[in-house]
Parts: sequence; C-alpha cells; structure tokens
Amino acid sequence: MHELSIANSILESVRKERERLNGARVTRVGVRIGALAGVDPDALSFGFEVLVKGTDLEPLALAIEWTPRRHECPHCKHVFTVVDYQFNCPACGAAATRCIGGDELELAYLEVEET
Amino acid sequence: MSRLPLEQKVLSENDRIAAGLRERFLAHRVFCLNFISSPGAGKTSLLERTLERFSPKERVALLTGDIQTDNDAKRLARSGFPVKQITTGGACHLDARMIERALADWPLESLDTLLIENVGNLVCPSSYDLGEAAKVVLLSVPEGEDKPLKYPSIFFKAELLILNKTDLLPYVSFDLAKARAHALQVHPGIEIIEVSCKTGAGLEDWMKWLAQRRESAKAGETPASGQV
Repeated sequence: MHELSIANSILESVRKERERLNGARVTRVGVRIGALAGVDPDALSFGFEVLVKGTDLEPLALAIEWTPRRHECPHCKHVFTVVDYQFNCPACGAAATRCIGGDELELAYLEVEET
Repeated sequence: MSRLPLEQKVLSENDRIAAGLRERFLAHRVFCLNFISSPGAGKTSLLERTLERFSPKERVALLTGDIQTDNDAKRLARSGFPVKQITTGGACHLDARMIERALADWPLESLDTLLIENVGNLVCPSSYDLGEAAKVVLLSVPEGEDKPLKYPSIFFKAELLILNKTDLLPYVSFDLAKARAHALQVHPGIEIIEVSCKTGAGLEDWMKWLAQRRESAKAGETPASGQV
C-alpha cells in the first residue's frame, strides 16, 4: 500500500506547478500508470481523494490512464500490446521480442481553469 | 478550461535523490544491491549466510529496513560488519531519501559493498529506486510458484531471482520448473539461483554471482536488466 505516498507525490507536483502558473485553479491532474508499475489504480484514487479532502486543492480530480505492457519485434519492428504474457510477435511469430513500455508512473497533464 | 501537458515522472523527487546516490556510489566505487521479497522469504537469513562467507577484511556494510523493531540489525550485527537499521515507522518500502539520511554519517570511502535489505513487501519497494546497481528478488518455495505472474513488477525489475528454502521442497507443492518458467515469462533473461540458507545448498553459486557482478559493476559494465 504505497499508493498513498504516490498520491502525495502527485499532489506535491500539482502544488509546484500551481505556483509556477501563478496560483491558477487546477481542476484535474492526469497520470499514466503502466501494468508493470506495481501501482493499483483504485488504491491510488482512494488515497488521492483522502489527501485532497479539506485542502485548498479541492475540488481536484484524478484521471488515470492505464497503459499495458508493450513489446517490439526485433525482426519485423511490429509493436504490440502484451496480453497474458504472450510475448511472441503476432505479426511474424518471432519469440524474442523486447519490452519497450508498460512501467510508466508519470504525470501526463494538468487541466487548468481559464482566468 | 485548458489542458497543459506535463511529462514528468510521479516519483521524480525520489529518482533525483537516487540518481545522486548512484553517482556517489560510482565515484567511491561502492557496489550496492537492493534485496526485495515478501516478509519471511529469507532476506535476513541470506544476508547472514552471505556475511559469514565474507572475509573480515571485506569492506561491507548493511542497511536493513523494517516498519518496526531493530531485530534484523541485531541479527546481522553479529557478523561484525557495520549494520544500520532504518525503521520506517509505517512506510511499506524504503525510499532514496531514507538511504541518503542513513548514509549521512557513514563515509563511503570506507566501503566497497553496500547491501540494502528492503522492507518485506513484494509490491511497493519495486517503485522506489535507491541508487542500487541491481535489485535482487527472493522467492521462498512455500510462497508458491505463481508469484512472478501475480507480482510482475518486481520480477521484471530485478536482475537476479533467488529461490530460497529449497530444503522445504519435499514438504510443499512447489514446482521449481514452473517457478523458473513464470519468472522468465515476466522477465526473459532474469538470472535464477536456487539456494537453501538452512543447508547451505546453492550459496556458493550466489557468492560467485555476487563477486562477478561486483567486478562487472566496477569495470563500469551495464548489465542487461528488465528496466525499460
């Protein structure tokens, strides 16, 4: 259960960005979480709500974009989403494909009210 | 309403501190490993057996993380090597700042190897870079062979899997071949060593891996790891 501290890191970044934007009203923060990140989206949303409640950041919404594990085939360069640990290239059948994404734990965007 | 793109890591502050630690470890030629497993898989036992096998002249130190108590530090201090307990007081993982603080009064010049025992947890520690050269994950046979599939993150990020408590194989239904296959499914290329801290089986293989990995780290080679 480290989602609470991850939620806290997200809020620290929001505060920092808000300062940079001269105190603009931030209404939503978008984060990208990969299947390999080891972060549970439900627990993160719950921790986020708890931490925002009663603070000057309220109301602030969290939008989570879930990204799957992606592999690239070294032979035919085909990029595909891995489902159920099936790593063989669906295009040419090659076995030794390379992981190129899926461990994201990133802040993607902020939505800010126009002033 | 306007949307501002914000491409940055959520744990960028931890990553920044970890990068600083990694730089310091490189500058002082300190080889650092981060040991991760669920509670009771045998991290402390493996470290005890490891320290016993080091010559007392080796410049080795240990950091051990737990939520409460300094039981592990007491156990490990019997080896005579410097040991420091990090008590997280509730946090389920170690982060880079805790390592930085613990090292504040430890001169890195006096060390060649730093072994970090993370809090027992197969999930959270995998998100926090501690500046280590490599992560080592332990899985003990009573836990079941499907753990790599259930907790892919740590098996994906670890360079070495230690299958511990092999002395219990006759008593539990654990399929070694399946465990290996599952780990390789999640992380093709992960190295695997079977050990029993009880009987000592496999410990020489582990010590050999440690020595070789330390040499390659000093030579500045970057190993194949699961990191994207």
